[in-house]
Amino acid sequence: MAATRDTSSNPARIPALGFRALALILLSLLLMFLDNRERHVEQLRNMISTAIYPLQLVVDGPSRLFDWTGARLRSHQTLLSENEQLKREQQVIRAMLLTQDALKAENARLREMLDAREQVEDRVRVAEILSVDSNPGRHSLIIDAGFGDGVYEGQAIVDQDGVVGQVIEAGPVTSAALLISDPGHALPVEVNRNGMRTIAYGTGEFGRLDLPGLANNADIREGDLLVTSGLGGAFPSGYPVAVVTSVTRLPQQAFADVTAAPVAALNQVREVMLVWSTPADGAEPRQNGRSGDDDAATRAEMDEDP
Amino acid sequence: MSRDRAARHLPVLFTILVALALTMVPLPRSVEAFRPDWIALTMIFWAFSLPRSYSVGIAWLTGSVLDVAQGTLLGQHALALTVVVFLTVRFHLLMRVFPLIQLSATIFALLALYQFLLFWINGVVDVRSPAVTYWGPVLSGSIVWPLLYNFLTGVRYRVQSNS
Repeated sequence: MAATRDTSSNPARIPALGFRALALILLSLLLMFLDNRERHVEQLRNMISTAIYPLQLVVDGPSRLFDWTGARLRSHQTLLSENEQLKREQQVIRAMLLTQDALKAENARLREMLDAREQVEDRVRVAEILSVDSNPGRHSLIIDAGFGDGVYEGQAIVDQDGVVGQVIEAGPVTSAALLISDPGHALPVEVNRNGMRTIAYGTGEFGRLDLPGLANNADIREGDLLVTSGLGGAFPSGYPVAVVTSVTRLPQQAFADVTAAPVAALNQVREVMLVWSTPADGAEPRQNGRSGDDDAATRAEMDEDP
Repeated sequence: MSRDRAARHLPVLFTILVALALTMVPLPRSVEAFRPDWIALTMIFWAFSLPRSYSVGIAWLTGSVLDVAQGTLLGQHALALTVVVFLTVRFHLLMRVFPLIQLSATIFALLALYQFLLFWINGVVDVRSPAVTYWGPVLSGSIVWPLLYNFLTGVRYRVQSNS
């Protein structure tokens, strides 16, 4: 071999090679961790990308020149390839349009929620449903907010139509919630028309709640709207819960047989809202010291939502 | 002396730059899947022929630049290149006595390892793409290796006769 002055034929090992490699690998892992988690290294990235920008230009140069000459000498071939490219682009755009409908619907739903939020004066935050319990006897779901977001056990969950359920377990970033239709769930409600108080029990069916505690002569009829009474402590008052669907009065029984249908689409919701009650009455203990948050904070949080 | 050294480094750095450009140049989608890992091949060559001058340090730097150029996780290509170049430098004496066919097999293995590391990191951070797509560059890289080897050997002799 000619002129291998600085390299080979010397069987000695490269000094500290393993150490250097290890150090660099650890450095790479650190960089990846930082980059993946918080995008901490954005500045470093920007610096390097500025440095290689000229190279990018050089690389793009030939294709630009190609475009230019292509425009001058439009051969059959270039027209064909351009045609193909346009077709491909059209396909891409079509695919994007497909998702457009879903996005529109989602936007409409979110807007509806925002309207609901403005009607009631409580602080709310939109959360997405991550998974639904597949056990048919148990109506629970997992949402993407935890006590890191100020979620606490017993917190009310609503959607744009009405009450969905309440948090039963607040994790660090996710929480488990129980739907009002769960057989183990009971919710203090009042009849919106006359303020009569009662309790709505879940039945294990999405479309049915039972109200067993109403006397035979109680003033309740089909079509009555039930709203939260706020007496249970967990739920703020005034949220719609269900509409009475049937009232059966049997003279030989002391209580009427009343069922109601939840107004929230319990098995269709994708996004729900977590509600923090206003501390106007001073009864509601805030978690995480997040008291007195203004509306801007709420908005900011909602913007962060994916 | 330092000017001499700088002059000797220049052609090598130029080949790395060209490799980077080849990696970035836009290609039709059908060919794109079989774009060789020019950077990996070039770095393997220089680590293999001049391991005292070009080893893990320059590989890591080049990999970081590649990460930015490709928009991948910063450190991903850097890590993969560092590992591959480390192995090359570690075993360069052994590789030099390999017959051509065995050397090609080694290059194939190194490229496969390189792609596997990228694949693995992508999996960890949930960037999913079909595993088959990782084989294209390995195959094409093994095919272009002998050509690249001859070309870069020419550059290398020029580098060394200048010094």
